[in-house]
Amino acid sequence: MAAPASTQTVDLVARFPDSVSADARPGYTGFIVKKENLLEVATSVRDEFGYDLLTAVTGVDYLAENKMEVVYHAYKTTGGMGLTFKVQVDRVDPVEVPSVVGIWAGADFQEREAWDLLGIKFTGHPDLRRILMWEGYEGHPLRKDWQEPFFEEEAKPFKSRWPDGQHTFAENKNPFRDNLKFPEGFDPEAYKPENEDDLYASLERFRSKGENDRLKTDHIVVNMGPHHPSTHGVLRVAVTLDGETITGLKPVMGYLHRNHDKIGERNTYLQIIPYTDRLDYFNSMSNNFGYVTTIEKLMKIPVAERAEYIRVIMAELSRIQNHLIFIGMLMNDLGTMYTPSLYAFEERELVLDIFEAVSGARMMCNYFRFGGVVRDIPDFAMQKIKDLVFDRLPAKTDEMERFLNENEVLVARLKGIHVLNAEDAIKYSVTGPVLRAAGVPYDLRRAEPYSIYDRFDFDVAVRHNADMMDNYLIRFDEIRQSLRILEQAIKQIPEGPINSQKPAYQVRVPAGEAYGRIESPKGELGFYVVSNGKPNPYRYHVRPASFVNLQAVESMCIGAKIADFVALLAMFDIVMGELDR
Amino acid sequence: MENEKLSLPNYNIPEDLENVVAITTLDRLYNWGRRSSVWPLMFGLACCAIEMIAAQTARYDMARFGMEVMRPTPRQADMMLVSGTVTKKMLPAIIRLYNQMPEPKYVVAMGACASSGGPFKEGYNVVAGIDKFLPVDVYIPGCPPTPQALIAGMIKLQEKIDKQSIKKVRWYEKGKVDSNYVPMPILGPDLIDVRRNAEIKQAASQKTTQESV
Repeated sequence: MAAPASTQTVDLVARFPDSVSADARPGYTGFIVKKENLLEVATSVRDEFGYDLLTAVTGVDYLAENKMEVVYHAYKTTGGMGLTFKVQVDRVDPVEVPSVVGIWAGADFQEREAWDLLGIKFTGHPDLRRILMWEGYEGHPLRKDWQEPFFEEEAKPFKSRWPDGQHTFAENKNPFRDNLKFPEGFDPEAYKPENEDDLYASLERFRSKGENDRLKTDHIVVNMGPHHPSTHGVLRVAVTLDGETITGLKPVMGYLHRNHDKIGERNTYLQIIPYTDRLDYFNSMSNNFGYVTTIEKLMKIPVAERAEYIRVIMAELSRIQNHLIFIGMLMNDLGTMYTPSLYAFEERELVLDIFEAVSGARMMCNYFRFGGVVRDIPDFAMQKIKDLVFDRLPAKTDEMERFLNENEVLVARLKGIHVLNAEDAIKYSVTGPVLRAAGVPYDLRRAEPYSIYDRFDFDVAVRHNADMMDNYLIRFDEIRQSLRILEQAIKQIPEGPINSQKPAYQVRVPAGEAYGRIESPKGELGFYVVSNGKPNPYRYHVRPASFVNLQAVESMCIGAKIADFVALLAMFDIVMGELDR
Repeated sequence: MENEKLSLPNYNIPEDLENVVAITTLDRLYNWGRRSSVWPLMFGLACCAIEMIAAQTARYDMARFGMEVMRPTPRQADMMLVSGTVTKKMLPAIIRLYNQMPEPKYVVAMGACASSGGPFKEGYNVVAGIDKFLPVDVYIPGCPPTPQALIAGMIKLQEKIDKQSIKKVRWYEKGKVDSNYVPMPILGPDLIDVRRNAEIKQAASQKTTQESV
């Protein structure tokens, strides 16, 4: 039971007295870096101070102060507290900030997202295109002065709904009678849609230059998705192929971008919880966990002891069923259509029964509350959990392994196909099982324990070959470790209240910022919330594991065969709800 | 197939032939075949897709109703299950898939999002219901609907198929082959529904005073 590796914070101000100042706003932490010195300071943060993992990059639009702020959260893969630093620029277009992609390649997608949604231009970014919306879309939606077509009020609850109760259809209030917003004088017939030349041009970047050593062949561009049976949802991938070898690849996303951040900023803190369910829809419990942990950090409230255990039990059950589904779906992608996934879904149903018993819903549980959980576990559900954890799941995990691991076809497909080595994984900010299968024992439950994970005796699953086989086997290891945690949690769970707070529709969240993160089954799930003391968050940002992990897919797949691509993509275990938000 | 469903009632068959001969109408036979082999498009959009998969697995087993053959290609599918939030960016792809499906084709809107936009309706990238573009046959409420609810919706679709008549269905009518063709929307400054071009132009030429409402 190791304590966090380091708890001391770095004094950047002493190192850079001219260009860095501490963030003195009440409730805020970290440092404010001058824009001109950002790259110098960032290089030093990585190389001198050892913060090798840049997890979250996001922007905040401070309309009243006329400032745009970019917030960076850097961590060490050896564990411990993070370092937050910010850049502030005037809110005058073009808003320009130097890109840190050269220092941490993991900033790539997140900077593109900030450009897309907030209109912050990152100078020096190699491929700064819109990422969630399409090229040609009007405006940057997360800016505070941008209003969506169905805009009603700045914050919920809307007056038309409560207490007045005079609701009319949103369509009736919009001049276009739909969820539409066009610039004044727009003529649809004269409009020429933007083409995707930029996308295809960016594919060329990695085209191999060694033209002398082999026969020159034509490269073809193949678009996989957004409707494709094995892209795990509505992901689209544009690949250039030389024969069967991938020479260029770009993921295109946003096909499930349902505006989580914007809706979240209109919602009250409590109203966001059911929306987080729909992020990674396999693991609504984990999403709830991450969100409430962040808000509890801001509110500085304790969590009821029994609730902590219930939370851990639910999160670990969720992890187990997620990994089982991963294994089933991977088999689907490899061509074993349906049989292994039917086995996986059988166990998943039993876990969902428990979720249904405690929360009332199978998938979208909406179970966590600030300070605890919403209901206690009924006795019969507790008995079910015990049966599952002590009897059924260990046996079924063994059974799955016995059926699959030695299978000749499976071994031939998985063994020796390289996924990501540790260096690249860290460079691209990859977290979760993929990073651990590359030999980096970085698990937030150990690296920076949240909730009560420091009380349990478990090992961080780690494997060292970084091939697909290890990426596959590590899921079984993690299931076993989760079962270990569950066994201890079930034995230790105390009686008592399940919430430290009184139930309330509105919570008081003091002004300030917080970045909370948990180890979701996919990797690091982070929430960055800025509060200004009102009932709604001022800025609400999700740092999903799938989205950030996917950055590595480009360099990882170049040189691989197209037949392996689907399986390589499956390694990240992406979920589009979380990826596109 | 049980006798009473397929055979015409009130038609006297000699007793010794009762288990050998059935007299029915072409409609009943035709619909019986179609309702028992609805092939859904293997097409998931969001959270609802997971419940759709769950409905296919052992516990719920949609195969009991003849609906288990999921086809990834629209050319072989009869029914599009719109399982999740329809976003503006995804909509052209959905419309293209729908246009590629051969007749007879059906659309089922699964869940709150596909029916009306659901909890995400206010989002700037969300289409408030697929029925703004496609003709929906069955709406299934829920967020997400449980597999039981999905199966109930599928049975409703079967009932709808039962009521169709071979003489009147649109795909056998002359000159109406592409009656259900939906023109592709364009992604511009916002989603452009080309059927509403004139309306959009007219509304955009007036000053958009959204805040005053």
